[in-house]
Amino acid sequence: MSIAPLALIGYFEPAWIQVLKAILIFAIALQLVPIVLIIERKLLGRFQARYGPNRVGPYGALQPMADILKLLTKEQFRPTTSVGLLFALAPVISILTAVAAFAIIPFGDVQDIFGTKVGLYGIDVSIGPLYLFAFGAVAFYGIMLGGWASGSKYSFLGAMRGAAQLISYEVSQGLALLGVVFTAQTLSLTGIVRAQGGMWYIVPQFAGFLIFLVAGFAETNRAPFDLTEADAELVGGYNTEYGGGRFASYYFAEYLNMLVVAGVVTTVFLGGWLLPFGIHPPGWVDPFVVLLKMSLITFIFIWVRATLPRLRYDQLMSLGWKVLLPLATLNALATAIIVVATH
Amino acid sequence: MADATPTSSASDPPASATVNVTRWDPGKDVIEVQRSPAPGALRSAWRAFRETARGLKTTFGRIAEGPVTMQYPEEKTPVYPRFRGRHKLHRFEDIGGAGSDPAQAGLEKCVGCSLCAAACPADCIRVVAAENTPENRVSPGERYAAVYEINLSRCIFCGYCEVACPFDAITMGHDYELSSYDRSDLIFTKEMLLAESLERAPLRNEGE
Repeated sequence: MSIAPLALIGYFEPAWIQVLKAILIFAIALQLVPIVLIIERKLLGRFQARYGPNRVGPYGALQPMADILKLLTKEQFRPTTSVGLLFALAPVISILTAVAAFAIIPFGDVQDIFGTKVGLYGIDVSIGPLYLFAFGAVAFYGIMLGGWASGSKYSFLGAMRGAAQLISYEVSQGLALLGVVFTAQTLSLTGIVRAQGGMWYIVPQFAGFLIFLVAGFAETNRAPFDLTEADAELVGGYNTEYGGGRFASYYFAEYLNMLVVAGVVTTVFLGGWLLPFGIHPPGWVDPFVVLLKMSLITFIFIWVRATLPRLRYDQLMSLGWKVLLPLATLNALATAIIVVATH
Repeated sequence: MADATPTSSASDPPASATVNVTRWDPGKDVIEVQRSPAPGALRSAWRAFRETARGLKTTFGRIAEGPVTMQYPEEKTPVYPRFRGRHKLHRFEDIGGAGSDPAQAGLEKCVGCSLCAAACPADCIRVVAAENTPENRVSPGERYAAVYEINLSRCIFCGYCEVACPFDAITMGHDYELSSYDRSDLIFTKEMLLAESLERAPLRNEGE
């Protein structure tokens, strides 16, 4: 097996480490989602002056386990109007893209573990943000196919809304990242983190950070942009007809997407594994620093969900196209001019 | 024409005549509302940002306050002293009790007059009276309630029975946990109503 061409694009590790890391990332993602689930429900409760789930296990900590067990033991059913193969495939696409996007979040720099050089990330692709948006675009098929293959009007409407929303906000999200890419002069996410040694990009790229975060809310279909599953109008949106394990897959993908956005914000704007004030901890601390920053962003996600009411569809579109897109473009333009002028 | 068809003349005002409509003058009580000019792009963006921040502050304040939830099955909602819960039937105090009369000690207060049943708007009380005899004296009066049943699945907890009772034999208690798996379990007999209630509902303190 020749590894030489792979090494040119950033794969310097032996194949067995790659496999091990892939398994590890999937395992970590699987563990993180229930934690985020219970934390979200507990926090939402607190935001509404109530306790949240507190019956299953100590402080309700086993609630997601109970939920998952319930969903996985349920019957796999599908409506007679649905398209069988696509109906089964759609949640798989969703979950696959979410995990794949999670792979490029760097949890630390290259570490020397027992004499083997291991990067604490799935892959360090040289096209970081592009990879991300590519999988974001494929994730849209998960929603779209799921909604269409269900053969139900609510699912279809939810999926249509989701499609329009994803396309609208992906543009501004990409443009918001462009400013960072200009400044860091690299597309590799580890490279972007290393470039933040002097100053985290949240300071010079604050507008970009805000735009990316708002577009991130929309990308992950979370409140106040959760029009895809506006329960009041659409019953349940694109996953109306799903139940049991397939619904659990959608749910899992949704929360994992939130974690991915939190990870990208951490990496790109909050300096990844770097700590401020010139503190250089040993390498094993890095993943925890990243997780801490990610949980901070996740908290903001939940906080916003607890606060803001759902936008109307036309408001959503006008915010995306008339506010965020011009702002993101201006931001990218201004950054480009400054970068060119100072170099 | 207008005279010939009075119904149409009533609905259509004559075109030629000047309609003398005096506009209602609201007087000086009505104030003109001062509206600010419609905000521009920057201003509305700032306003949206400010209001969002205010909303975030409000929800965060709920975390700081802590939950107000009552953990119900473990933690009962306290009731006010005059709360109308499940009924209680009363006896006279035993000998030695406060204000006890040795002649009446331990007897039931209810004399089977059926005034409660007559006052009940839901018709949920059933009283069958029987004569007291010297061998079997149940109440101090002439008669006593041989059967006293309240169907709590019909009761509306209005408290009229309590008001109607001339001897204060029936009062509304504080119990509100009255659910049951069977409707027939909700027909409370005299023995059940006379028994000391479990006092499951805590009393609310003064001013709480």
